[in-house]
Amino acid sequence: MTLILEPNIPDPDGFYDELLCAHEELTDDESEAFNARLILTLCNHIGDREILRAALEAAK
Amino acid sequence: MVAVRYETAFKLYPYEKVPAQSGAVQRHPVVIVGGGPVGLALALDLGKKGTPALVLDDHDGAGLGSKAICFAKRTLDIASRLGASASMVDKGVVWNVGKVFHGEGNLFKFDLLPESGHRNPAFINLQQPYFERFLVDEIRNAQKAGAPIEIRGRNSVTAMKQFDEYTALDIQTPDGPYHLEAEYLIACDGARSSIRDMMGLSFDGRVFEDNFLIADVKMKADFPTERWFWFEPPFKDSGQSALLHKQPDDIWRIDFQLGWDIDREKELDADRIRARVDAMLSSQAGSVPEYELHWTSIYTFQCRRMETFRHGTVLFAGDSAHQVSPFGARGANSGVQDAENLAWKLDLVLKGLAEDSLLDTYATEREFGADENILNSSRATDFMTPKSNVSKTFRNAVLDLAGRHAFARPLVNSGRLSVPCTYDGFDLFGPDTLAGPDITRPGATCPDAPVDEGYLLDHLSGAFHILNIGDGTAISVTSEGITADVINIAAPSSELSARYLGDEPCAVYLIRPDQHVVARWASFDEKAIAAALKNSIGKGAE
Repeated sequence: MTLILEPNIPDPDGFYDELLCAHEELTDDESEAFNARLILTLCNHIGDREILRAALEAAK
Repeated sequence: MVAVRYETAFKLYPYEKVPAQSGAVQRHPVVIVGGGPVGLALALDLGKKGTPALVLDDHDGAGLGSKAICFAKRTLDIASRLGASASMVDKGVVWNVGKVFHGEGNLFKFDLLPESGHRNPAFINLQQPYFERFLVDEIRNAQKAGAPIEIRGRNSVTAMKQFDEYTALDIQTPDGPYHLEAEYLIACDGARSSIRDMMGLSFDGRVFEDNFLIADVKMKADFPTERWFWFEPPFKDSGQSALLHKQPDDIWRIDFQLGWDIDREKELDADRIRARVDAMLSSQAGSVPEYELHWTSIYTFQCRRMETFRHGTVLFAGDSAHQVSPFGARGANSGVQDAENLAWKLDLVLKGLAEDSLLDTYATEREFGADENILNSSRATDFMTPKSNVSKTFRNAVLDLAGRHAFARPLVNSGRLSVPCTYDGFDLFGPDTLAGPDITRPGATCPDAPVDEGYLLDHLSGAFHILNIGDGTAISVTSEGITADVINIAAPSSELSARYLGDEPCAVYLIRPDQHVVARWASFDEKAIAAALKNSIGKGAE
C-alpha cells in the first residue's frame, strides 16, 4: 500500500459539508480538541506506519 | 572528617578500622565506589566468581527514603542468580493491576497479566534500602563461604590520580586519611558522582522543568494493591498528575507533579503536604484515614548520560553514567543490568582469559541500553508534561479517547515499565541460524521457563552455557580457556518450547554469563560454537 493522493472520497462536497458540520457550535478550543481526536482515530484505522509517515510528509 | 551528606535508613557496613589504613599502600584489582544497588550487585557478582572486590562508601548504610521502589523481573532474575532474590520477593509487594484516571473519570484498567512459567514476578515494589540490605545479607553469606568481597563504610574518596595501569586514591576515614590503588576503578556513586566530577567529565542531557513531591505515608488502608495514576487529578492542589502505589510495611507512595515555579521550602512544609494527601485520600476513601508522613522529598529530574562509560581503567555504572526520569522504573533496574554486564567481563579480564578491550564492549552495550531507557523515559515525560499547546491538545485527545475506545489506550504513557534491551547487531553476538522465536534471538536476555521442578534460569549460573533443547546430542565446548557446559533439555515444557523453539524441533543456544543469548543453531556444531564463544569474549576478529 502507498498513500493515496488521488481523489478517493465519493461525493466530495457532501463529505466536506459533514466535516464542517461536525465543528458547528464548537469553540476554537473545542474544535482543536475535536480535530486531534479525529486525527488519532483515523491514524489508528490506517495503522500502517509507512502510510502514516507519508501522510505526515504530504500534509506539510 | 567524613561528611554526612544524607541520613541513613539503617547501618549495613559500619566503619571499622583496617590494617591497610596504616601499612603500605595496597593495590586492589577492583575498587567500587558507592555501596548502592549497583555497586553491591557488582561486588557480589565478582566475589562469587572469585575475583576480589573492594567497595568504598562514604556512608555506613542505605540512604533514608524509599527512592527506587519498583524492581523489575530482570533485576529479580539477576538477584536470583546472585542468591539474593528470595528475601526481596518475600518482602516486596507484587502487583499486576494498574488504573489510569483523567480528572474525575476512571479511564481504564490494565493487567500486566503475568506470563506463566517464570520464577519471578513482573515487578515488585520494595523500598530501595531493603534491596540494598538483602544484597548486603548475601554478600555476608558469600564472605563466609570465602568470596573475596570487602565493604569499607565511611571511606570517602577525596582525590584520585589516573595512571596507565591503575588509579591512585586518597581516602578519608573517621581515623584520618590513607591511600590505596585500583587496577580498575568502578564509579557506582550515583547521579552526583564525585568520581565523575574529580575527573572533570561532563554529564549532558535534558533537564525537565518540573518538580515532583513524594510523600510516603504509613496507613492501614484497604486500597487494593494496584498502581493508580491520575492525569489532571480532581483533588485539590494535586498538580498535573498524581500516583498512588503500595510498598511493604503499610507504606504508600504518593507522588504529586507540582510544576516548575514552586517554592520548595514551602511545599515541603508538613501541613501543606498533609493538606494535599488529605484531599487525595478523602476523594478516594470518602474520609481521611489515619496516617503518618513517613518520608517526603521534592525532586526534579534529568535525562542525561556520559558520552562514554569507560575512561581507561575507570568505568562508570548506574546513575553515575546515566540518569533517567523515574517514570518506567529504569534507574536502579538499568544500573543492576550495568553491573551484571560488567561483572563477567571484568572477571575474565582479571583472570587473563580475555583482553582488556572486552571492557570496551561494556561501554558500547550499556550506552545503547542507556539510550533506549532515556528515549522511553523522555517520551513518557513528554506525554505527562506536554511542552506546547498542541502537544497538550493531543495528549488530552488521547486521554479522552482512551476512556471510550480501546485503540487509544496504548498511546497513554505514564511510564513504560523497564525491560532489558536486546543487543541487536552488536559485535559479540551471532550467528543466528535457527528459525526460532524473536524473543530469544542473539542479543536478547533469556526468558525464564519451567524445567523439571524448577526454572531454566536456575541452570544459567553465571558461566557460559550451551542450552541443548530436543533430542540432539551435545558436548561441552572449550575455546580460549573458557568452557561452556551443556544443559540438556530433552523434553521441554510448553513454555520453554514457545520461547526457545517456536516451530523448530530442536535448538542449540550459546548463552553468556549475563544470561544474554550469544548465538543459536538448529543443531549442535562444535566448531561453530567454539567460534561464537571466542567471538563473544572479543577475540573474534583476528
